[in-house]
Amino acid sequence: MIPPAFDYARPTSVDEAVRTLADAGEEAKVLAGGQSLLPLLRLRLAFPELVVDVGRIPELRGVREDGDMLAIGALTTHHDVVHDPLVRRHAGLLAQATETVADPAVRHRGTLGGSLAHADPAGDLPAVVLALDAELVAVGPGGRRTIPARDFFADYLQTALAPDELLVEVRVPKREGWGFRYEKFHRVAQSWAMVGVAALVRRDDGHLAEARIGLTNMGATPLRASASEEALAGAGDAEAVARAAQEAAEGTRPSRDASASPEYRAHLARVLTKRAVLAAAGMG
Amino acid sequence: MTHISVTVDGTAYEDDVEPRLLLVHYLRDRLGLTGTPIGCDTSNCGACTVELDGASVKSCTVLAVQADGCEVTTVQGLARDGEWTPLQRAFHERHALQCGYCTPGMIMAARDLLRENPRPSSDEVRKALEGNLCRCTGYQNIVRAVLAVAEETSASERQSAQGQSAQEVTA
Repeated sequence: MIPPAFDYARPTSVDEAVRTLADAGEEAKVLAGGQSLLPLLRLRLAFPELVVDVGRIPELRGVREDGDMLAIGALTTHHDVVHDPLVRRHAGLLAQATETVADPAVRHRGTLGGSLAHADPAGDLPAVVLALDAELVAVGPGGRRTIPARDFFADYLQTALAPDELLVEVRVPKREGWGFRYEKFHRVAQSWAMVGVAALVRRDDGHLAEARIGLTNMGATPLRASASEEALAGAGDAEAVARAAQEAAEGTRPSRDASASPEYRAHLARVLTKRAVLAAAGMG
Repeated sequence: MTHISVTVDGTAYEDDVEPRLLLVHYLRDRLGLTGTPIGCDTSNCGACTVELDGASVKSCTVLAVQADGCEVTTVQGLARDGEWTPLQRAFHERHALQCGYCTPGMIMAARDLLRENPRPSSDEVRKALEGNLCRCTGYQNIVRAVLAVAEETSASERQSAQGQSAQEVTA
């Protein structure tokens, strides 16, 4: 299939990109790695008048430490995230989940910022940044602003980004010593997650002191399994974890599609939450 | 139209292209390099896999304008003076193809794996090829072919290491 015709701009700085977006109004689309946008264009599900290719803006790439945060450039590819020693050390959950995104060729092109800005509820990384309590930094004509992950995902494929704003950085609090695991269920190797669960746990003296659980594909946006998180505080054995995991689907609104009913997705959320938390806590 | 300069299989090209032109269409329709097939049109099958600046990509999911200034290697750029690469030879010798449609993509994806991990396990080969579909279901022999190349390479490295230590002894 051939994408619809569009104009093309390739800015070389964030300022130039933001000016280009502001001039174009609502009819522009940002192209990063293109692994979500190009399939949409080919299937003619998107008709932008202008595609703004930010792929050659070097300042958007790479990972650096910033106090107790990791600052990951929005254009850092999945491949680079998986192999980055800082990410592996301070945000192992992100590295592990990113390794399950699509396949190696897609991970060479696809970017962290692109995946988050695309905001597909079946995408793996939105639930991960939600569980990590990450912050997303956007630049627009009015300057820079920081958006907490919990306020970033607005609806199905919708984010808090204005049309003239560019996502430039993902800031992740360092979480050394926390256990983590991303569990996802999908029918074939490279298909989208039917449901995914991102678990982070802090252990203290043989029990779980704190748990953060992000859910993939359990609603129009990624969600936190708050009821399970509360029930997990103080859990000391696998049975207590299993009981808490029973509440993983509380407050979610999973969709119905060709691969699963809402009831089946709720079941998967409970099973995967148990698996992910047990593995993260080293109780599996 | 947007002007691009791109090197494909060692030859430099300059072209004016529509921004919406996909890299795979540029390779096939403009340059006549039909060794890179189009399989699925949905980024799933990996048949169109090529290397862009040394990393595997699905050329149906890259715009030609995104390849501006880059180096592209297709399956047609692998052989040197008619001599196949070890991977191409192994696919031939281990019957790693039936209809052959997925083969260019499989070989390009396997090259990527062996560059990063020259001694992969069978599971690692399967994981590395998960973005490439074979509808004749020849996966068993595809995995065998990739493992055979890894073994060949390490055997020849062992030999040359032994040769070296033998030389050191004589010296």
